[in-house]
Amino acid sequence: MRLHLLLCALLAPAPLAPAASALRNPGLWPLPLSVHLSPHLLHLSPETFRISHHPASTLGPFCTLLQKAFLRYHGYIFGAHKTRHRSPRLNKHGQLQQLTALVVQDSECDAFPSISSDESYALNVSGSVAVLKANEVWGVLRGLETFSQLIYEDSDRKFTINEACITDSPRFPHRGILIDTARHYLPVKTILKTLDAMAMNKFNVLHWHIVDDQAFPYQSATFPQLSKKGSYTLTHVYRPKDVREVIEFARRRGIRVLPEFDTPGHTQSWGKGQKNLLTVCDAKEKFSTVYGPINPALNSTYTFLSRLFAEISRVFPDEFIHLGGDEVDLLCWKSNAEIQKFMKQNKRFKDVRELESFYIQKVLNIISTLKKRPIIWQEAFDDHAKLHPDTVVQVWINRDYHLEQARVTAAGYPVLLSAPWYLDYINSGEDWRAYYAVEPLNFPGSERQKQLVLGGEACLWGEFVDATNLMPRLWPRASAVGERLWSNKEVSSTKEAYNRLTVHRCRMVRRGIAAQPLFTGYCDHEYNIEK
Amino acid sequence: MQQRALGLWGALGTLATLATLAARAPGASAAPDLGLWPLPRSVRLSPRLLRLSPEDFALGLDPASKAGPSCVILQEAFRRYYDYIFGYYQRRRGPARFYTDSPLLQLVVSVVHDSECDAFPSLSSDESYALTVKGPVAVLKANQVWGVLRGLETFSQLVYQDPYGTFTINESSITDSPRFPHRGILIDTSRHYLSIKTILKTLDAMAMNKFNVLHWHIVDDQSFPYQSVTFPQLSNKGSYTPSHVYTPTDVREVIEYARLRGIRVLPEFDSPGHTESWGKGQKGLLTPCYDGERPSGAFGPINPALNSTYDFMSRFFSEVSKVFPDEFIHMGGDEVDPECWETNPDIEKFMRSRGFYKDFKKLESFYIEKVLNIIASQRKKSIVWQEVFDNEDKIQPSTIVQVWKDKDYPEEQARVTAAGHPVLLSAPWYLDYITYGEDWRTYYKVDPLRFSGSQEQKQRVLGGEACLWGEYVDSTNLTPRLWPRASAVGERLWSDEKVKSINDAYNRLTVHRCRMVRRGIAAQPLYVGHCEQEYKM
Repeated sequence: MRLHLLLCALLAPAPLAPAASALRNPGLWPLPLSVHLSPHLLHLSPETFRISHHPASTLGPFCTLLQKAFLRYHGYIFGAHKTRHRSPRLNKHGQLQQLTALVVQDSECDAFPSISSDESYALNVSGSVAVLKANEVWGVLRGLETFSQLIYEDSDRKFTINEACITDSPRFPHRGILIDTARHYLPVKTILKTLDAMAMNKFNVLHWHIVDDQAFPYQSATFPQLSKKGSYTLTHVYRPKDVREVIEFARRRGIRVLPEFDTPGHTQSWGKGQKNLLTVCDAKEKFSTVYGPINPALNSTYTFLSRLFAEISRVFPDEFIHLGGDEVDLLCWKSNAEIQKFMKQNKRFKDVRELESFYIQKVLNIISTLKKRPIIWQEAFDDHAKLHPDTVVQVWINRDYHLEQARVTAAGYPVLLSAPWYLDYINSGEDWRAYYAVEPLNFPGSERQKQLVLGGEACLWGEFVDATNLMPRLWPRASAVGERLWSNKEVSSTKEAYNRLTVHRCRMVRRGIAAQPLFTGYCDHEYNIEK
Repeated sequence: MQQRALGLWGALGTLATLATLAARAPGASAAPDLGLWPLPRSVRLSPRLLRLSPEDFALGLDPASKAGPSCVILQEAFRRYYDYIFGYYQRRRGPARFYTDSPLLQLVVSVVHDSECDAFPSLSSDESYALTVKGPVAVLKANQVWGVLRGLETFSQLVYQDPYGTFTINESSITDSPRFPHRGILIDTSRHYLSIKTILKTLDAMAMNKFNVLHWHIVDDQSFPYQSVTFPQLSNKGSYTPSHVYTPTDVREVIEYARLRGIRVLPEFDSPGHTESWGKGQKGLLTPCYDGERPSGAFGPINPALNSTYDFMSRFFSEVSKVFPDEFIHMGGDEVDPECWETNPDIEKFMRSRGFYKDFKKLESFYIEKVLNIIASQRKKSIVWQEVFDNEDKIQPSTIVQVWKDKDYPEEQARVTAAGHPVLLSAPWYLDYITYGEDWRTYYKVDPLRFSGSQEQKQRVLGGEACLWGEYVDSTNLTPRLWPRASAVGERLWSDEKVKSINDAYNRLTVHRCRMVRRGIAAQPLYVGHCEQEYKM
């Protein structure tokens, strides 16, 4: 990081606080850690400007990830404009001709991003060649996004950038979006579009709540019956090649794909393709469904789960698997005679809650033998399951979530915050302000506890969401969460955020993302304007 | 109207013999799997199935039809509905091999009364139709082309693909006509500009739901996108940018596209409030607000004290009444804030000279009456928001009052109709207000005649409008926010009063929303589930 400072020192001493800047508002989103903008302007020519590798970089043209990113950002910067009109002639003098990307550390271009990926970067725009410097490829990706956000068209339609010096790194390492492909199937195209938008907002985790009660669209190679019987139709499935495509598309954008296979509740659809997996609720009592959660009393359950999770841990390269564990219907378990017998045989079960803990621990053990780390919803923690110390707890219940964060971290577990960011709940007006005002570390606890907060996720549950409305419902509302998780704690002025986010949402629209408006107004390039 | 209807039902008498097994009251579910929406007045479905082949099936005209092959409305509609029925399936599966002894080869369309082929739809258009599906030729009869359009939509909703991919239809007999003649969608192109593409898409979806009025709230405080030939400065200065405008060509395109679908375009030029954007291109139009002795630099509503205001309005509405063929103009009149008027010494002087004293309601009435007279002199009828009525302005009995305030709206309907005015209901249907969950159910449960009043008063209810104000809506989210929520309003305004089972509605609407999706309308889901063909899959 020393080098960053050195780069910035070269810039004329006009360090403008971004909020106070009298310069044109480039709508940087999320706001970088440190931004120095000079009033000195450079112009870019769409025909000749290039993004390329710095000669000193450890990575070169063989790195597909970067090559593709260069192309993508060239398109974002100039693409929408090029076809419309010819660009004006530029002087050699005052022209930014190149951006070079310099990866400092020996870095694998083919690796997957992880919770410990280094996303920091330093960007120096001055003279004819701008330099983007990062320790790893992930930082280059983030820096390219920032660089592209600095460029605008001036009143003569010349592509323009201020000389600038930016250093940046995220506040939290886990910044996620939850999508739900069980309540409604989302076409792969919609998922890829979401990944594009996530990269524009520097999100780095796609939490894929892939199956649930309603449908099992994940096509398993080990248990093909699961999706054959459990999906809505045979076209409403994610084939291995679909999953691979999502994972690779995400990797190219520095985004992890975190799969969630929620058990023992939320598993109605599993039962269709896997006989004897679910608990039969006692017909004498009034249950809304014939089957309840996964049956924890059978050995066959754990044999099945071992094999399924063995497949999942190979298919999804991420080091984490989300195991769910939320909203388990304990009454159905209670009603089942076999389970009652099982509990009696094992004297250690005083009540069904302990049976739930038993089940969770079994699954945690399976995950641990597969050398993966588990994430679970908060109930598994609340119900005193013995968790492995590296288990991550995701807090989702809105009531007193601060206190839950305090409890989880006091017990030594890393925590993810989602409770205030359930984006499927909609209201009239600017609800992004409420998401923005959340402070993830605002709970009673020691410094050590605060360090256990890994970040958070904006959750778009799918009961009322499918490919018709996902994009405008998610963006730019999730952008508010994006900045909260990336930018410095002090970046908290809602008014200033409004001004930047308005620009940013129009930028997303120009890039083909149907991000809905914050309030009245317009974009220079409206969505879908062509007939 | 009654006579025409008689003739139509008479012709139907002979056809009604075929439908035997499944005669159902309209309230009961008529084949929920088909998802007929809005539910027609009378549906008789026979269990006997006919097969359609994309290669052999044709939509055509009865030689006796009053509207012939030169009728653009019909020719375009035939093409459109052929595509709706077959087009989107074909891409998915190859054309189904055709072997059947019970084919449906043709739908023959006949306009029985006057054609109205080159006319614009109006409040008194006859949208009734009768549809008889029997092998090998189905017959669609209507008094006017408008009924044909509604009948084609119903016919297209009857066709489905069986599990083997064969296009199938039940032999059936349907007679239908709307409950209310004014069934509208309000769009707002001032808070956000809506691309022409988005407006046309909305018209497509409206036709699928048998809506017949596009209430175009075209200008407001925020921007003036309407490009006026008489006063080009209004949009030159008042639009967001020079590209955020509706040129005369754009407006003509919207009107013609709507006409081809039997939809009226009702323009609203709201005044004297909601006019901030007008002031940018028309100096001296708005009231300068004062800060003590001096103008503050801010402007309020249109200045009612100047003759120049009314000269301007006359010329402006003269253009508007030529550009928009509809017999109605919506003149707004809502939410006038007198605060600025109160500060202006010229207004005070004017009010004194008129004997208004400090009564700003009188000043507002003065303005409204002037504008209503201007519109009347253009041989147009006016629609106003409810404040104009509440304010006891002198308005013609024929002026339509649109009720929009949610609080006690049935009482307002009672008052307006008791005073003899026709009324439009919007209060319970402000679709820009969103909440979590299935809010379409509350829209569906509304009954526009549920207020205390005489039979005569009830007859003054012309219908209603679902309003999608634009503060938070633009081309990125309009379609999924509007559909299928507005569909609930569509059925309420079209179908019989007795059609109110919410469970049956849910089942049919689920199918209907997937049909819209298949036709390229991004209608959002009602709840969990799937469509055979998802959006943009």
